[in-house]
Amino acid sequence: MNIGLREMALKGIIIKKVSIVKKMYFYYLLLLPVIAYFILFHYIPMYGVQLAFKDYRILDGIAGSPWVGLKHFIRLFTGPFFGQILSNTLIISFYRIVFGFFAPIVFALLLNEITNIWLKRITQTISYLPYFISWVILGGIMIEMLSPSRGVVNYVITLFGGEPIYFLTEPKYFVSILIISGIWQSVGWSSIIYLAAISSIDAEQYDSAYIDGANRFHMMLYITLPSIKSIIIILFILGFGGVLSSGFDQIFNLYNAAVLSVADVIDTYVYRVGLNDMQYSYSTAVGLFKNVVGFILVILCNFIVKKISEDENGIW
Amino acid sequence: MHKYCKTKGDIVFDIFNNVSMILLCICFIYPFWDVIVLSFSSPKTASNLGLRIFPIDFSLDAYKEVLRSEVIYSGLYNSLFRTIIGTVLTTILTYFGAYGLSKKKLPFRNAITLFILFTMFFGGGLIPSYMLVKDLGLMGSRWSLILPGLTNAWFLIIARNFIMELPESLEEAALLDGASPFQMICKIMLPLSLPIISVIALWSAVGHWNSWFDAMIYCKVQGKLVLQLVLRMILIEKTPAGTGILPGGVLYASNTKTTPETVKAASIAITIFPIICTYPFLQKYFVKGIMIGALKG
Repeated sequence: MNIGLREMALKGIIIKKVSIVKKMYFYYLLLLPVIAYFILFHYIPMYGVQLAFKDYRILDGIAGSPWVGLKHFIRLFTGPFFGQILSNTLIISFYRIVFGFFAPIVFALLLNEITNIWLKRITQTISYLPYFISWVILGGIMIEMLSPSRGVVNYVITLFGGEPIYFLTEPKYFVSILIISGIWQSVGWSSIIYLAAISSIDAEQYDSAYIDGANRFHMMLYITLPSIKSIIIILFILGFGGVLSSGFDQIFNLYNAAVLSVADVIDTYVYRVGLNDMQYSYSTAVGLFKNVVGFILVILCNFIVKKISEDENGIW
Repeated sequence: MHKYCKTKGDIVFDIFNNVSMILLCICFIYPFWDVIVLSFSSPKTASNLGLRIFPIDFSLDAYKEVLRSEVIYSGLYNSLFRTIIGTVLTTILTYFGAYGLSKKKLPFRNAITLFILFTMFFGGGLIPSYMLVKDLGLMGSRWSLILPGLTNAWFLIIARNFIMELPESLEEAALLDGASPFQMICKIMLPLSLPIISVIALWSAVGHWNSWFDAMIYCKVQGKLVLQLVLRMILIEKTPAGTGILPGGVLYASNTKTTPETVKAASIAITIFPIICTYPFLQKYFVKGIMIGALKG
């Protein structure tokens, strides 16, 4: 009797264990295609990075091509283009951070103060729209807007008595065009995260500020803004992780030979030397340089953010 | 916070804020409006410098010209192909993968997650990926636009986080009732996961519809060009003077009723039309997606 019970209990445990193993087996089965995908399309290209240390020969393939050590990196660092593409990349990223980063914060603050719910909704819908349209089309639209013979920008300039400007072929305007059109494309969308943070602020704070005689502008400045401070800091630091990626899609669809001196960034350079000039190994080396530095920056920024959010007991 | 009586300063602030927001909206929407008006304009007004509020002499000729060219239709077909097939495959693969990843007891779960997350921060880069597609024999095939981007770490993580919030007791109850794990997922968990599935499907669809770079490097083959690439040729590449044909093969000077600009504008309008029509209704799902992703990030 006693033994029988024990046997049954044991059986139950075994069945349960088997069913757990079966379940786990099933979950692995679900994960298998995903893992296979990442190996094939992400880790095999990482293996292909060895190309940066080799001279690629089509007949030998990636594995069979001869090693050349740091030849391509030396060529990159001592070559005439490196200083230019690196400084172009950093300049564009710098302005993007200075203007592009703060624009959505200001936008979110103003959006939050709109009292008319319909105006608020329409503004949100309109401002998110460009984010869903590719830079091919946005680039086409920009070309039209900035056209010296038909564009509205030059119309306004002539209205004030100026001469039409060939914006897209003028190096001194190109970076500004990138920054402004970049803000146009993403300011609304980037403001969502700040709006969400604002909506979680305790309403009592506003009540007591009101009793103390604060007006709306004061509240915005002294309650709303400080409350979202931590998320602003976090996103600001994370933004530095991407300083070497300055928006390939946008630049590639707007640049041309006339502005190459300011518009050529690492990503466009990698594309041109790699796929136009077919310098596979050299292009891989340039890309690898960018990826490694970018990786270190991202890890560093994430590390700093973690430190800060632990100290601050932040939203995350 | 808006229930208080307003002070003078508040009213001034309100007016200033609302007016500046309306002006900002006009700035945001005007470029689109300008191009749409241009697409309905006749050559005479199309070459003028000025604001385009309404088409002055309304004309549909640019649209006729665009819709006459075969490359637009094949582009539309190819774009729909990659968008539909790509979205379906991405959604299925991501959801089931994320389901496996959501099980806390799964051995090596953290290692697998790290394995996937790592690809967010580091990659082989352009040339190694290009060589891979070449070696797989996908060059010039429509699958080169679908397979390399089947899923990504971001989708998997937001889906995993969503599934982890679902009550596990439901799962056990279904299994106790004799359902197979697969039935359990499809009949019980999947319907509960529709919010995250729609978010992934929508992002994936927009991504596919807007992609052009992969098509440019992997699949620049006559008859297989996606719409964005056709558009890129029409809009960005230089118009050859005097031939009457835009790059990409759209005619513009078969008559005197159109100019390169009106034809370009019409092709922009045709491409953004599906987005503009559906986007206001889908907007909240996109916002929801970014919320799920951001708060757990």
